[in-house]
Amino acid sequence: MADADVIPIGSGGRPGRGTGRRTTPSAAARALAGQAGRPKKGRATKSADDVAAGSRAAELQGEPAAVPDVDGPELPPLDFAGLERAVRGLFGEDGERRVAEWLAFLRRRLTGDYELDEFGYDRDLSDQVLLPMLRPMVEKWFRVEVRGIENIPSDRSALIVANHSGTMPLDGLVTQVVVADHTGRPLRTLAADLVFQTPFVGELSRKGGATLANNDDAERLLRQGNLVGVWPEGFKGLGKPFSERYKLQRFGRGGFVSAAMRTGVPIVPCSIVGAEEIYPLVGNIASLARLLGVPYIPVTPFFPLLGPLGLIPLPSKWLIEFGEPIRTDEFPDGAADDPMLVFNVTDQVRETIQQTLYALLMQRRSVFF
Amino acid sequence: MVTGVSRDAGARCARRLAEDPSIGTVLGIDVVPPRAELGRVRFVRADIRNPVIAKVIAAEAVDTVVHTGVVATPGSAGGRSSMKEINVIGTMQLLAACQKAPGVAKLVVKSSTTVYGAGARDPAMFTEEMAPRAIHHHGLSKDAVEVEGYVRGFARRRPDVCVSTLRMANWIGPKTDSPITRYFGLPVVPTVLGYDARLQFLHEDDGVEAIHHATVNDLPGTFNLAGDGVLSLSQAIRRLGRPTLRMPSFTASGTAAAVRRARLADFSPDQITFLTFGRGVDTTRMRTEFGFEPKYTTAEAFDDFRRSLGTGATTRVSSLLTAGLGALRG
Repeated sequence: MADADVIPIGSGGRPGRGTGRRTTPSAAARALAGQAGRPKKGRATKSADDVAAGSRAAELQGEPAAVPDVDGPELPPLDFAGLERAVRGLFGEDGERRVAEWLAFLRRRLTGDYELDEFGYDRDLSDQVLLPMLRPMVEKWFRVEVRGIENIPSDRSALIVANHSGTMPLDGLVTQVVVADHTGRPLRTLAADLVFQTPFVGELSRKGGATLANNDDAERLLRQGNLVGVWPEGFKGLGKPFSERYKLQRFGRGGFVSAAMRTGVPIVPCSIVGAEEIYPLVGNIASLARLLGVPYIPVTPFFPLLGPLGLIPLPSKWLIEFGEPIRTDEFPDGAADDPMLVFNVTDQVRETIQQTLYALLMQRRSVFF
Repeated sequence: MVTGVSRDAGARCARRLAEDPSIGTVLGIDVVPPRAELGRVRFVRADIRNPVIAKVIAAEAVDTVVHTGVVATPGSAGGRSSMKEINVIGTMQLLAACQKAPGVAKLVVKSSTTVYGAGARDPAMFTEEMAPRAIHHHGLSKDAVEVEGYVRGFARRRPDVCVSTLRMANWIGPKTDSPITRYFGLPVVPTVLGYDARLQFLHEDDGVEAIHHATVNDLPGTFNLAGDGVLSLSQAIRRLGRPTLRMPSFTASGTAAAVRRARLADFSPDQITFLTFGRGVDTTRMRTEFGFEPKYTTAEAFDDFRRSLGTGATTRVSSLLTAGLGALRG
């Protein structure tokens, strides 16, 4: 009954659980809890009645044997055995491991014990929270079908260039999940500065591996051996009307090609079919957009008519095809500073994606299946 | 000659230089006598905003000038106008005096990474060649940019002088008293809602060592100095175990004013943008050309600083909870 014995001492000689007036019983209480822990281990199944009885017995005994035979920090006797059984009963063998991983993750988050890279990419958060949150959307809602994943190098860096569409940049998120799941490597995306000006969105994008689309950051990421994803059409592609779907817009100023040329990494063209139909853009409230400083305020058949419900993307069936890599390491030195060559390669990439898009559209049976 | 020695950083740099037997006399300059023990450093009470400084340089035959006298906080300098006076006019006078002194062969300037500003359009890592994207119109940031401008002008006019400009990340450590350390010392740390800044720190010992390194070696140029790795602001506060108060950005300046009035910490608008967007600097050149290896990474420097603070409320609550649990179970 040693666990009951110690109560009178811990509460300053008074029986029971302390008065609550003393604010610092911590040292004594902890030491005593540690001592009490040892005998309790042997009989973890002891019921609460037994404990109460023991407590009364201890009072009768008077001065308990608070023998300091246990010193050093011993864990407080949390009933981990019971918790373990409960968790195993609820989630099964595998679930127990998952719950343990989650608890470890929570502890790391609370104590700040995780690493960020210099771009602010938080691998821990991405792998444990962000990607699992997006995965149902990719697998269940859009039922993404991936082709040509072998065209992405398995260990070297590459620049993945894709078409942009769908009013909201969901195609970026989906590609990120697809690449992470099929290659096991994170896709580091390049995003517009508007993303980083927006609260929450900018914060989460950085933690999810995005950085500002400029040549310095792109080359830095590529030199460090990352897979980098870029959508060179930008807002022109994202916010184009539904009538112009699958017609590629101008590919920026070709900055992505010069970044790839300077670092000598291959360009992997990526064609995304299905993203155009998630929010069919039929109009644009231009005056309000100007007022808010955003590129466009979309009008879709369901937004803003249905309010927040209109924000749910239509469940189109997606096809993502990664094409043959275009090598850039065979160009002579200084090719990145030759605008004509850069424009030619940009056009080559754009044409490849456009042709693949047409081919995929021919194969598609319907928008939603 | 070291300027700004009655401030903590200047005093420590001067002491470090005085400890080196290869350096002859170390002259400390400031307007107020230093509170700290300076050891072998000879203190000269002079104002760098005054042409008298030229006479000091000539009379003492100064060959190396270490300029650490740039003030970061308006409060400690007696107001923003006085701070600007010290930073900009002081630097101008000092450089004018150096230009007239043929004996001066080296100038080391302690600058700051605030010259890059902070904003949403920043690249992830600034190299020394990059220009700031977001220009600040007030505070230390503007002063530092102007100081560096005058230093560049001086380097152009006196090509025989070896000029090292050290752009240092925020110093942190148990002995540093700066707006940033005060900020992390607040019982509840306010941050801007929806943003999480990337921060880099330089341990105070590394900062002093770097000044010494630049003084004893001939390393002309501009160098970024920072510990390896980055911490996000939320991560740093979690490591401190302090509660965070996330407030929308439009309340930030009001909060800063309240904190300033309560004399808890001294915030300027450029520090608020820094704590909103953060900043990272590339330190490749620090290793290759400057030949300096900081002893502490950003995270280690922050841990060293954390140990000097008391435990935060979150840590206390959790330990109290543990104790309470223990007592209950006992």
